[in-house]
Amino acid sequence: MHLAAQLPGIHNVTVWSDPRSRSQIGVDSFIHLAQTAERGKFDFFFLAEGLRLREHKGRIYELDVAGRPESLTVLSALAAVTTHLGLAATVNATFNEPYEVARRLATLDLLSGGRAAWNVVTSFDAFTGENFRRGGFLDEADRYDRAAEFLQVARRLWDSLSPADIPADSGTGEFIRPGAGAFTHAGRHFDISGRFTTPSGPQGHPVVIQAGESAEGREFAAAEADVIFSKYNRLPQARAFYQDVKGRLAKYGRSPEDLKIIPTATCVVADTDEEAAELATEITRAQVSPQTAIAHLEAVWGRDLSAYDPDGPLPEVEPLPGNLLLKGHSVFRGDRAATARRWREIAEARGLSIRELVIAVGDGQTFVGSPGTVATAMEHFVTTGGADGFVLVPHTTPGGLDDFVTRVVPLLQERGAFRADYEGTTLRDHLGLAHRRTSREAVR
Amino acid sequence: MMHLAVALDGAGWHPAAWRSSGARPRGLFSSGYWSELVVEAERGLLDFVTLEDALGPQSAAFHLPDERTDQVRGSLDAVLLAARLAPLTSAIGLVPTTDVTHTEPFHLAIGIATLDHVSRGRAGWRPRISSRAADALHFGRRTTPQLTDEDVRDPESIARRLRPLFDEAADVVEVARRLWDSWEDDAEIRDAATGRFLDADRVHHIDFRGEHFAVKGPSITPRPPQGQPVVTSLAHASRPYTFAAQASDVVYLTPHSREEVTAVLGQVRDAAAAARRPAGHPLRTFADLVVFLDGDAGRAGARKARLDELDGAALASDAKIFTGTPGELADLLDGWHSAGLDGFRLRPGVLPYDLGAITRGLVPELQRRGSFRTAYESATLRGHLGLPRPSSRYRRTGTGGASGTAAPATRRGQAPERVEPGERAPGRV
Repeated sequence: MHLAAQLPGIHNVTVWSDPRSRSQIGVDSFIHLAQTAERGKFDFFFLAEGLRLREHKGRIYELDVAGRPESLTVLSALAAVTTHLGLAATVNATFNEPYEVARRLATLDLLSGGRAAWNVVTSFDAFTGENFRRGGFLDEADRYDRAAEFLQVARRLWDSLSPADIPADSGTGEFIRPGAGAFTHAGRHFDISGRFTTPSGPQGHPVVIQAGESAEGREFAAAEADVIFSKYNRLPQARAFYQDVKGRLAKYGRSPEDLKIIPTATCVVADTDEEAAELATEITRAQVSPQTAIAHLEAVWGRDLSAYDPDGPLPEVEPLPGNLLLKGHSVFRGDRAATARRWREIAEARGLSIRELVIAVGDGQTFVGSPGTVATAMEHFVTTGGADGFVLVPHTTPGGLDDFVTRVVPLLQERGAFRADYEGTTLRDHLGLAHRRTSREAVR
Repeated sequence: MMHLAVALDGAGWHPAAWRSSGARPRGLFSSGYWSELVVEAERGLLDFVTLEDALGPQSAAFHLPDERTDQVRGSLDAVLLAARLAPLTSAIGLVPTTDVTHTEPFHLAIGIATLDHVSRGRAGWRPRISSRAADALHFGRRTTPQLTDEDVRDPESIARRLRPLFDEAADVVEVARRLWDSWEDDAEIRDAATGRFLDADRVHHIDFRGEHFAVKGPSITPRPPQGQPVVTSLAHASRPYTFAAQASDVVYLTPHSREEVTAVLGQVRDAAAAARRPAGHPLRTFADLVVFLDGDAGRAGARKARLDELDGAALASDAKIFTGTPGELADLLDGWHSAGLDGFRLRPGVLPYDLGAITRGLVPELQRRGSFRTAYESATLRGHLGLPRPSSRYRRTGTGGASGTAAPATRRGQAPERVEPGERAPGRV
């Protein structure tokens, strides 16, 4: 199986009130988590992104951990303190231009010895657009169209200049081959030409990650991605998603192992299953504080519910689903009227308070138990067609991965379910993906 | 005491430097090459290194791309390179160049803020306009003025033609500075009683509206360790002097004699006065010099001459080209320093050779004369440069940050907030 680690970003997954919780922005936290992941022989370390701070009821959202670095910059620093760990950055295809992004990813691949990955995300909202030159310029319907063309251009740029194009031969006096780096692209979203500046790194093309849920997103991933992040970390749905996406590969001339599907997951490990279950309940309650419970309800209801008791029943008032109170939070972007109906049904059927409801409808903890129980469950998940691995999201920063690496990884290794050591040096090696050699090299 | 920096670029500042013996032209795209250089610079106790960058290949012509294959072409993203070097060093400042014409001000601001976080307060920034019109085709979003052969003969003429880009660059720096201040230092409260990680009253929209773009803010990155990373700029003409006076903490100048030092410092002083640069925010003045150093003065000159021959032309530079011994260079630097410059940014003719001559020849000579530090006395770049750490411009005094959000700026450059006397950040007109 493949394992990745994520520094928890801006969701309520992170229990910042835990006394062991440290800075979410200080470099020491990143180094600790990355080095722990590397000690556990993880495939890669992943950073999410959000280009506008969330706002709730017109104010900066206060309840979750917030404040994060520019992904590629911090990953480049981590390349200096790790040797094998893949480094995956989320970079937006809407509020960036291909020339600069391709250049930065090639730089990270070169400076990390072939460990760069790019999680391609799209956004379209005017809210985020207010931080950028073009504003909210893109229609939602066009976002995958732009992302696909963006990626196509980035690949063309990586192919335009390979290390073989730079002989740097002081004897002949030829530093670079004539015409190296030349490119032209004319498309619907980009019309560019000129010379690229940065030779492709050891991987040829960095690993491309995608996380789309929609049919469009799945299709984009099937055509273009090396890894797909999914939210399906419960088995029946996970298998359905796995089969659906892997089934789309053939029409692009790809085989099932060319695209790794890895859901995000949380782990709670303790000496016994009972202790772990108690701990999981405790963590989940800490993740959904009384204030968070009200804020999430407000986000769905579209109205101020601050007068309600989080330990009391759901409000009698009807939702105003057209009213977007919590901005910049993808989870609450869907059909809020349907969500509100479902939440009310669950609360009434089970007699839940507001806070209990928000806990019940949340993700909770994915793998809970003794090290043996967790290892067995993860192995079962992967061997029965649920996933190719997991992105683990620890609930504290930066020590939240320590227990898993110390106690669960050795069991997975003993059972042959996970690598005992790195067998290659690049992220493509770890993931068992072919290196994407550039077309210029291929013809040489 | 003078300040010393080195400008790292490719294989060195001579276009044929990559063909010198001892050069490592195949290492230019590897982390190992750059880490050896920056570790050597830190060994010499230098204030900072700058890293060049542009969004297009190098060219022998200032204003046009070329087809030459016998010079270094290609580069790494300088911000990422600086970040890669940060964990390998502990004191030296890291100052990447970025284009500010074709990039997003928001991304630039969080990139430099992140560099400051990963280096624990050692980040600087050299914003640079795109002076080559061909680079605009790499983005396809706008055009920029195409300079003529006539234009590029005169720095004033270049600055006049590119004036709109300088104006826009000043806006980019203003946006970055506001974003760096948008999280007050104590915005993160982790108050379990109220369930609040942040205090929304201490995180501010910047509401920047300029002629070219608008940025709402706040930053997604908390305030960097230095508060404001050090902004630097290169200037050869009146408009760039004004830009430096408005926007920079350090300006690189290119005088060719002690008389020119006096003259150019006068121009910079006038520009600072015209920009009403507040007291308490000094503008550090550095002179740039291209240097070829050897224990024997004749050898330094011969090295340069051999490279000139390989390149087919004598090295041309905006900065004075110095060939000689470390002792002779120390004489020159002492003389110019006493004329009022704060420091020097040396551009090594050949890497790693001339960098080693700086750290192992020039620095000990200057130390012997009492002209340069013998140990780092601070851990941040602002500290090395004697620049105070500014408070956030959005910080409210006396109210404990309990009132509402700052009023938006109504026009460019207008302070949207109260500031303490003497704490006004540079870049405000």
